[in-house]
Amino acid sequence: METAPKPGGDAPPKKNKLRAKRKKPRRYWEEEETAPTAAGASLGPPRSKKRKQEFRPQRPKNTYIQNKSRVSKKPQIPKKPRERRNPEPQRTLSGAQDPFPGPAPAPVEAARKFRRIDKSKKLLHSKSKARSRLEAAEAEEEEASLRAARSELLLAEEPGFLEGEDGEDTAKIRQTDIVEAVDIASAAKHFDLNLRQFGPYRLNYSRTGRHLALGGRRGHVAALDWVTKKLMCEINVMEAVRDIRFLHSEALLAVAQNRWLHIYDNQGIELHCIRRCDRITQLEFLPFHFLLATASETGFLTYLDVSVGKIVTALNARAGRLDVMTQNPYNAIIHLGHSNGTVSLWSPAMKEPLAKILCHRGGVRAMAVDSTGTYMATSGLDHQLKIFDLRGTFQPLSSRTLPQGAGHLAFSQRGLLAAGMGDVVNIWSGQGKGSPPSLEKPYLTHRLSGHVHGLQFCPFEDVLGVGHNGGITSMLVPGAAEPNFDGLENNPYRSRKQRQEWEVKALLEKVPAELICLDPRALAEVDVITLEQEKKERIERLGYDPEAKAPFHPKPKQKGRSSTASLVKRKRKVMDEEHRDKVRQSLKQKQQQKEDGKKPKPTGTRSSALDRFMH
Amino acid sequence: MSATSANSSLLTLNQSEELVDLPKDYPLSASEDEGDGDGERKHQKLLEAISSLDGKNRWKVAERSEASLKVSEFNVSSEGTREKLGLSDLLQPIKTSPSLATVKKQLNRVKSKKTVELPLNKEEVARIHREVAFNKTSQALSKWDPIVVKNRNAEQLVFPLEKEQAAFAPLEHMLGGWKARTPLEQEIFNVLNKNKQPVTDPLLTPVEKAALRAMSLEEAKMRRAELQRARALQSYYEAKARREKKIKSKKYHKIVKKGKAKKALKDFETLQKVNPTAALEELEKMEKARMLERMSLKHQNSGKWAKSKAIMAKYDLEARQAMQEQLAKNKELTQKLQAVSESEEEEGGVEEDGLLIPDVVNEVQVNANGSNPWMLRRCTSDVNEMKIQKDPEQLSKSMAYEDSESEEEKSPVAEETLLREIEKKRSLRERSKLNQDSKPVGSQEAQDANSQEVLSELRALSQKLNKKTHQTQKPKGSSLGTAPPVQTEEPSLEEEEPLLLQKPQRATTLEDLEELSKEGHSGNTELPRRAKQEQQAEKKPDDQPDAPKKNRKSQMISLQNLLTTKPPSVKSLAAPTTMELEDEDESYQKQMIKEAFAGDDVIRDFLKEKREAVEACKPKDVDLTLPGWGEWGGVGLQPNAKKRRRFLMKAPEGPPRKDQNLPNVIINEKRNIHTAAHQVHVLPYPFTHHHQFERTIQTPIGSTWNTQRAFQKLTAPKVITKPGHIIKPIKNEDVGYRSSSRSDLSMVQRHPTQLSIRHKKQLKKHSVN
Repeated sequence: METAPKPGGDAPPKKNKLRAKRKKPRRYWEEEETAPTAAGASLGPPRSKKRKQEFRPQRPKNTYIQNKSRVSKKPQIPKKPRERRNPEPQRTLSGAQDPFPGPAPAPVEAARKFRRIDKSKKLLHSKSKARSRLEAAEAEEEEASLRAARSELLLAEEPGFLEGEDGEDTAKIRQTDIVEAVDIASAAKHFDLNLRQFGPYRLNYSRTGRHLALGGRRGHVAALDWVTKKLMCEINVMEAVRDIRFLHSEALLAVAQNRWLHIYDNQGIELHCIRRCDRITQLEFLPFHFLLATASETGFLTYLDVSVGKIVTALNARAGRLDVMTQNPYNAIIHLGHSNGTVSLWSPAMKEPLAKILCHRGGVRAMAVDSTGTYMATSGLDHQLKIFDLRGTFQPLSSRTLPQGAGHLAFSQRGLLAAGMGDVVNIWSGQGKGSPPSLEKPYLTHRLSGHVHGLQFCPFEDVLGVGHNGGITSMLVPGAAEPNFDGLENNPYRSRKQRQEWEVKALLEKVPAELICLDPRALAEVDVITLEQEKKERIERLGYDPEAKAPFHPKPKQKGRSSTASLVKRKRKVMDEEHRDKVRQSLKQKQQQKEDGKKPKPTGTRSSALDRFMH
Repeated sequence: MSATSANSSLLTLNQSEELVDLPKDYPLSASEDEGDGDGERKHQKLLEAISSLDGKNRWKVAERSEASLKVSEFNVSSEGTREKLGLSDLLQPIKTSPSLATVKKQLNRVKSKKTVELPLNKEEVARIHREVAFNKTSQALSKWDPIVVKNRNAEQLVFPLEKEQAAFAPLEHMLGGWKARTPLEQEIFNVLNKNKQPVTDPLLTPVEKAALRAMSLEEAKMRRAELQRARALQSYYEAKARREKKIKSKKYHKIVKKGKAKKALKDFETLQKVNPTAALEELEKMEKARMLERMSLKHQNSGKWAKSKAIMAKYDLEARQAMQEQLAKNKELTQKLQAVSESEEEEGGVEEDGLLIPDVVNEVQVNANGSNPWMLRRCTSDVNEMKIQKDPEQLSKSMAYEDSESEEEKSPVAEETLLREIEKKRSLRERSKLNQDSKPVGSQEAQDANSQEVLSELRALSQKLNKKTHQTQKPKGSSLGTAPPVQTEEPSLEEEEPLLLQKPQRATTLEDLEELSKEGHSGNTELPRRAKQEQQAEKKPDDQPDAPKKNRKSQMISLQNLLTTKPPSVKSLAAPTTMELEDEDESYQKQMIKEAFAGDDVIRDFLKEKREAVEACKPKDVDLTLPGWGEWGGVGLQPNAKKRRRFLMKAPEGPPRKDQNLPNVIINEKRNIHTAAHQVHVLPYPFTHHHQFERTIQTPIGSTWNTQRAFQKLTAPKVITKPGHIIKPIKNEDVGYRSSSRSDLSMVQRHPTQLSIRHKKQLKKHSVN
């Protein structure tokens, strides 16, 4: 309308005349007003891409909330729409001027990933009431996704990365180089534990990434706060330890020993000995279901509910000794690798595998599923490393032959793939987030002092823990972990009290075991089979279909146009139209069928003249 | 007994008295001659008795003896009249008096009144009452419908209903009567004063204040009234227009049209004087109208009406006249051509013979031969325009010819003319085709000629106008005429030529489209180019997935292939610590692996397993053969194959398996009943298909998946109440209805019992809807 008000001037233009003589009152925000916006608009100092190695340590000890200055570095807010929408800032009663007028800008692009409704699927024409409901639902979804996208602004941390100079291969960068380059706090995360006495080690990080449990083959079990290097407990169970795993919190520890499954607390006191789970080889913990999945030598996959201490199901895989197991963190499906080269997918609700995938010509040695549940990496006895797409097709996306074959595989939170081959650890990275790791060129390699026996990326830290013959090695892998953590879900800095409260909440939100299925979104679908069945029953019971379309009755018309003949004519018209539609549809179907099956359908029986009486 | 009889006699007496009273001035009153009457009576009796003694008159009819005359004071005798006595007859003999008329009327009215009908029975009465009450009530309640609907659709309702907030006073007003008292306040005030913060003076402009005060009620009312008036006026006008449109009188319309035309001409003349440029525009418009007319063949005696008239023309003078009128109009509208030919016969006419419309028509022809003509025609729209200009010329010429003929004949047969026209067009086109074949270069010249023609036409029109306006615009017209014809060299003629000769195939539609657009008009090239770009963009993704698709297909062909595909060979791991294998090494290793797994054929096992799984999942056929039925029975006898085939009920094929095209996967098709127990299996009300409902529940509402605010909004309660507050029923004032209107529920409250159940139901339905 009028000229856009200058940042300094706050009085409306009409008043300017009256006040011409007097000096305008000066507000405390006026002088600073321009400064912050300008700062906000400008990006940080331009970073040179040529730096040899840039390793951003994950997290300085202050949390992201205090670290607000970094917000400005993320130019997420598109400036244009705001200016277009609100050319003139609104005035408040007191004359104050909103420096950021209008609704908060909507990052539409960012909101796309929070969208749940697939609008590409066309719906049938719906009645107005249903349509209004649908519209409301869509609006809700849009708003929720926008809000979620807007709140991404709070994710202040950025992932680290490693970048070589021109032609330099990042795989040639050694751990020592990295440790030299990074700050002291990050350098302290690289360490070796020399534990040659108790054989190859398995290890497990707690969900918060703060605690590390390690179990040596020869009975050595220890739990420690690996960041501060404070030992919580250290015992020898005087039995072979096959696997070790934290339960939902760092206070409980499940150890698969030679005969039975034992549970210890963080003091090293044995709490339970579960004799129904014997000869366990592998352990997996499903945190949202409070289920401990165990794979045994006897070929059973047993689900133990740790919140009530009951065994939910014991499934016989009928494939001999189960050595390879991993979980899909997206849908809590357990993947088992078998000696015949197949991978089977299990849920406690079904006695049979949900799917079986033939992956290798030899037996499967190791598996890993990435955090989004999109990709599965498998390695087999045929020395192949393959990456499968888990979104319905189960087809290999890429594969590669490794000289020795990988014995252990692990995905990081951001999709880096680590493979332990003998005493070498290779790490591959993808092009971006959400893309499968490209197996062309390793991102990092590291040689250990012994053969790899356990491999896991530490959550929320750029660290890869490797258990091997000679102990434990903590490697620095820039860009491995998610830089931002959810303080309500996995808070690495939580106190004891917070942990206890979280435990209660988590238990209240426990997901029943029977809800585990291949597509978790199937729960938001209607059970069509039951629906149809019930409808059929209802029709049988009533003797007619209450939802059937009423036969067409022509509306009576005035002025003599409602003669019987014309009524009949109108009726006939509608009927004909319906008939035509039917015919058209059937023709289309026929054509489709023809296209689908060009080959003549092999009929088992010759058609007989009596067939016409069968229907 | 005696008492009753006395009573009755008294009654009769009264009646008679009344009747007698009516004629008041009756001359004979019984009381007057009572005295001597008695004596006479006695005397008469005596005489009779004496006379009867002789026995002669014994059988005389017994007569009433009391009233000697016709009228007695007690009774009315009908003796002597022989007819029934009417009430009016009683009045007849009396002399007419004005006062009696009213009485007569009254009597007539009494007579004409029918008997009062029986009152309805109770139920009927009650029903009627109910119906009336129901209608009134539902009418009264229907005004709440929108509010009910609104509340039903509202996302959230807050009770008790909030009154509109009192206009909040600005801060300055609040601060007016306030003074700093405590030391802290004083200090703050000091600081504020130091910084020249205005504390008390108002910061609001009068405009803002006015805006704060909402529009007053009077204003709103006035505004509304104004709007209403305007709307009413508009509707009146519309109605009038519609009425006028409906008038069927041709004469009327003719007059109206003529008037309009006259007015237009006048306007144009004035416009010419006042604003010549506008007049020129107007002129152009007229020109366009003429063109349209020539195109549309509206007045060529070829329409339905004209045909019908043509039949009648022989006999009907009016029809003939009408037709002639039409023709005259046509002539008038297409007259300019003649003018042109007059002025430029030497140049234009000669040219036209040879190089008539070859370009455009040819092009279209080629397009029709080559590829999709619609697309091409669209892209060469300006060329088409020229064609439009050109074609009617031809047509009109032929028409003119036709017209002259028809005038001679005086009874044109419409069909014949039509046929002839078509013939002519066809011949023209053919000729043009020939032209194209012989020399397609002529198009340019033709175009030039065309432009010249247009100019000349314009000039002619202007000259005509000038004649009308006494040559006021002569210089203008001449200037128009002398304007040099614009010679535009077509740059891409050479390109066009091969194109025409080549006759492009269907596959290259877009390419030639682009070329065409290039040569045709540089301004309009954007659109096809964009289309092309789009097409390319479409092509690109097509191309890209093409290869993988092929790959996938080949993969699907055999599992063997799938598992033995050669992985991308990588030269080196580039890691100092890894062992590098040469190709031969790799092959050696492969050989070794093959040897190691020679025994177990993993793939075959898997395929077998899959086949079994598929078989197990398939619905089974039902065999209904009865062995021994219709043939010999016994042990070990098999029913013959034909019979078995006949009685085998084939199970319907189920839906295709999910792993149908995935050779390396077995997907379990069994239903997960545990999950199904948690799924919705009833479709809620407004939805008719489960896809619709699924879409509404796809968004998670938990706080795990949503931000705090979104979570709060998604889980907001439908109704919010304030604890400890009375929720009063909604009132008129709450929703903006005037309170003075009659209370709508009073009716119901007064007769609550009168509402029947049916009506209550209906009421409920009303309120629901």
